[in-house]
Amino acid sequence: MAQYAVFLYERVAPEDLPPEIMQRHEQMPERAAELGGRIVAGMALQPPDTSTSIRKGELTDGPFLETKEVLGGVFVIEARDLDTALAIAKLTPVVEGGVEVVPLLDFQVL
Amino acid sequence: MLAATVRVTRDLDLAEEAVQDAFVEALRVWPHDGVPDKPGAWLTTVAKRRALNAMARAKTLDTKLPLLLERDEDDLPDEDFIGDDRLRLVFTCCHPALAREAQLALTLRLVCGVATADVAHAFLISEATMAARITRAKKKIAAARIPYVVPEPHELPERLDAALTVIYLLYTTGHTAPAGDDLVRDELTARALDLARMLHGLLPGGEAAGLLALLLCHEARRGTRTDAHGRLLRMSEQNRTAWDRERIAEADALIVAALRAGGRGRFLLQAAIAALHAQAPSYEQTDWPQILELYDALLRVWPSPVVALNRAVALAEVEGPQAAIAAVDALEGVDGYRYLHSTRADLLHRLGRDGEAADAYQRALQLTDNVAERTFLEERRAPR
Repeated sequence: MAQYAVFLYERVAPEDLPPEIMQRHEQMPERAAELGGRIVAGMALQPPDTSTSIRKGELTDGPFLETKEVLGGVFVIEARDLDTALAIAKLTPVVEGGVEVVPLLDFQVL
Repeated sequence: MLAATVRVTRDLDLAEEAVQDAFVEALRVWPHDGVPDKPGAWLTTVAKRRALNAMARAKTLDTKLPLLLERDEDDLPDEDFIGDDRLRLVFTCCHPALAREAQLALTLRLVCGVATADVAHAFLISEATMAARITRAKKKIAAARIPYVVPEPHELPERLDAALTVIYLLYTTGHTAPAGDDLVRDELTARALDLARMLHGLLPGGEAAGLLALLLCHEARRGTRTDAHGRLLRMSEQNRTAWDRERIAEADALIVAALRAGGRGRFLLQAAIAALHAQAPSYEQTDWPQILELYDALLRVWPSPVVALNRAVALAEVEGPQAAIAAVDALEGVDGYRYLHSTRADLLHRLGRDGEAADAYQRALQLTDNVAERTFLEERRAPR
């Protein structure tokens, strides 16, 4: 099995997400298993105005990259190949935005 | 052979190396022991063994390549199996996670063994850019684990269009090899036809039938595209009695069945146009109004400037060169396309605007280094 990071970019702020979206998030592990994959880890991020960026030791208030879609969460999935990984990633509930699937370089990092 | 080896390695670079090693091994062993009964199978077996050894040496075996073997290594390839392997390689190279340009480049390079320089030429970019594109695509296939499988039935139609496009471009690259003296690269065109047949076998009818029929029509006329001196001939000058009636009939049957079944895809419409040309008793007796109608339908499903250019040629036959030149001059974004300039030149010549025609031929000449095409254009440029 290979591992992939799924970055969730969302225009809608976390506090404004409708309850059915949150519910679908909770169902993700089950749906992934149905497709023969597994959700290894997942994390939801606080809004970007809470973040602090560091460049060469200099602090800035705010996200590293200013984008319309905000990185709202990251999860790591396990899948046999890219097709399975993409099928799982497509189930990610997003109101307005999308996801990016990136293969992990070495899944024994952690 | 490359395809069979990739199935073992799941790593294209490694497979390519292993295949090269196998050839080197053959050069060493065959003069001594004689050529084996099945040279292809011998080479494939050696390449696979080389690849497996190389992988066993690599420490990354269990992290990077855990899905190495889908079947036993001893499962020796028969004809069908080799075909299936090639098909898997096509679908890997045409995976939607790869950019279309990368799909095209990879299939030409890996499935068909076209040199990187020729692949670059086919897409009007530099060799260095193409080499970088291919390297990046191969890295992505390995790192992201783009699967080496024929898609599931529910994914097939979507995946098929990319594969058909690639096979068609593969055929046209062989049909009019852009650089050098070989106008027709038999191997490229033959492989494209094989792949089209295989795809049609997998998903009969519709667009797969359309592509196969289109290639059959091109193939039927291929021998008459040049004269005895290798000079390019226009369709109006070609010897129609030499066209391959058997292939044209096969194409026609495919087209009629697919159209009856409701197919209106771009490959099928192109095939229908090509078949009308192939079945016309003479250039003048070609059913131009119906061809123009088919081009209109084609433009609706596939609004491309190249289609619009071909439509203009049909328009010239139905409404005259004046209407056609207006249509050609309205096209945008195709200045680097050599057929735009040769078509313009021809239309201008027919309108008696010879000075402008000569300029257009000159522009077309600057865009090709195929010897047969150059000769053709130089002759046209000279005042007749």
